Amino acid sequence: MQRIRTFAGIAPATIMVVCFMLLPILIIVVYSFLEKNPYGGVRPELSFEAYSRLLLERDFDDNLSFNPSYLLILFRSIWVAAVSVAACVLIGFPVAYYIAMQPAERRNLLILLITIPFWTNLLIRTYCWILVLRDTGLINEMLLSLGVIQSPIPLLYTEGAIILGLIYTYVPFMVLPIYASLERLDVRLIEASRDLYASRIGALRHVVVPLSLPGIVAGSILVFIPCLGAFIAPELLGGGKNLMLGSLVQLQFSTSRDWPFGSALSVVIMIVVMLALLFYARNARNSGTELVH
Amino acid sequence: MPKSRDIRALPGLKWFSLGFFVYLYLPLLILVIFSFNATKSATVWGGFSLDWYAKALANDDIRRAAWNSLVIATTATVFSTTMATMAALSLTRNKSLPRKPLFNGMLLLPLMVPEIVTAVATLTLFATIGLSLGLGNIIIAHTVFCIPFAYLPIRARLQGMDESLETAARDLYASKWATLRFVTLPLLAPGIVSGAMLAFIISIDDFIITLMVAEAGSTTLPIYIYSLVRIGITPEVNAVSTVLLIISIFFVTLSYLVEKRGKF
Repeated sequence: MQRIRTFAGIAPATIMVVCFMLLPILIIVVYSFLEKNPYGGVRPELSFEAYSRLLLERDFDDNLSFNPSYLLILFRSIWVAAVSVAACVLIGFPVAYYIAMQPAERRNLLILLITIPFWTNLLIRTYCWILVLRDTGLINEMLLSLGVIQSPIPLLYTEGAIILGLIYTYVPFMVLPIYASLERLDVRLIEASRDLYASRIGALRHVVVPLSLPGIVAGSILVFIPCLGAFIAPELLGGGKNLMLGSLVQLQFSTSRDWPFGSALSVVIMIVVMLALLFYARNARNSGTELVH
Repeated sequence: MPKSRDIRALPGLKWFSLGFFVYLYLPLLILVIFSFNATKSATVWGGFSLDWYAKALANDDIRRAAWNSLVIATTATVFSTTMATMAALSLTRNKSLPRKPLFNGMLLLPLMVPEIVTAVATLTLFATIGLSLGLGNIIIAHTVFCIPFAYLPIRARLQGMDESLETAARDLYASKWATLRFVTLPLLAPGIVSGAMLAFIISIDDFIITLMVAEAGSTTLPIYIYSLVRIGITPEVNAVSTVLLIISIFFVTLSYLVEKRGKF
């Protein structure tokens, strides 16, 4: 009886997630191995065309030749995500460290200040950067009026703009886990290292950073996953010029109507994400911290 | 400041952090300021005005989109929070349940899948089974990805709650339901409220999943804003965005305060 009641409690949420999350993902895995229907959807015939299109191109004579353009998009997306992660570590670590040093009351306030932008609309936060970066935007107007530049420099619709937008969006994901591991850090360890004549930088390098590594790794995963499939920042700040994975997937399900290829791309994204999560899980087990407690 | 804090201090850290918070809030501030700008320019200040808010409010498309957003977010919040509460109660208050990590992982699955994949996968499912419920499709999709956001604060609250209170109620001959109704749920309330607010914000802010799943006529506010931004920037967007921004900030702050006050 007890067990039935327990399962009845778990059932609605679990069924919801299984039916509308797990099942759809299984469907696109299956679709990625089917033939495409030119009018949208798929034909139930086994085909590896979608995956071969990632690397190869079929010309009119049915000859296959190597086509690196999709591979380039994949690598560019991974590259942009990796640069964003690195920048988030460099920005996030000092901030997390600073917050961890504050008295408890101020700490909570600062953490709230970090979380507020995270809960506000992604689209709007990205849109704000258009106001700042465009030719008539804040930065260009300011530089023009100061006489530093004669004509506006193109800031918007560049890869740099995409990365800037991604950092801005996801840096809270980095600060929070690093803060969590720094908060638990035993100050006496730093004292001990300083007593043993470590310099400030030495103490930081050999004591603080190694001990906050689990937070850095967790933050990196949390930033990497959404950056890899990002859609809004590349579209709005990259102007759709620098095509990235997210936009490419979205295209296959809208204008291009190539569901198998879109599904194959989604599978690739999921594999990369899973590898990142596995890497994290292995790390977490070794250090005794977990992403989701 | 206690001396032990000083040992960790590094020069320049304070200014770096200050700069960080400016970086975090300045773009938002610019948006808000220029939504009150009298002229169309987004860089030159032409005096305070509420014109763009009036224009946005008078725009039928915006009103319809706002209404859709509200209906979807409210329904998805009620569904996801109810399900998350039931699941959290069953999962934390039952010690002998087999395969607990599996259930837990399942509930958190929406957090681990990239949004774009969720979006196209859900679209594929709906297209394959031919489900076409208008706003209903979006509500289903939103309920699913809101579940973990509602679930986590509720579970955290349950884990921090003193179980002896419930045991005491049972010892005093309260029935299982009476214990739940008069002891557990009131104590759990801050967690539920906090979870519901987070679910609401996540739903009302969602863009990419809604974009893929929405059928013609089911435009939500973020989708409408996106279409405006793609055409070109109008100050109306600033006004609508500011309203959405304020809604989010209001709910996060409230959720934070509820959780804080609920601690004992």
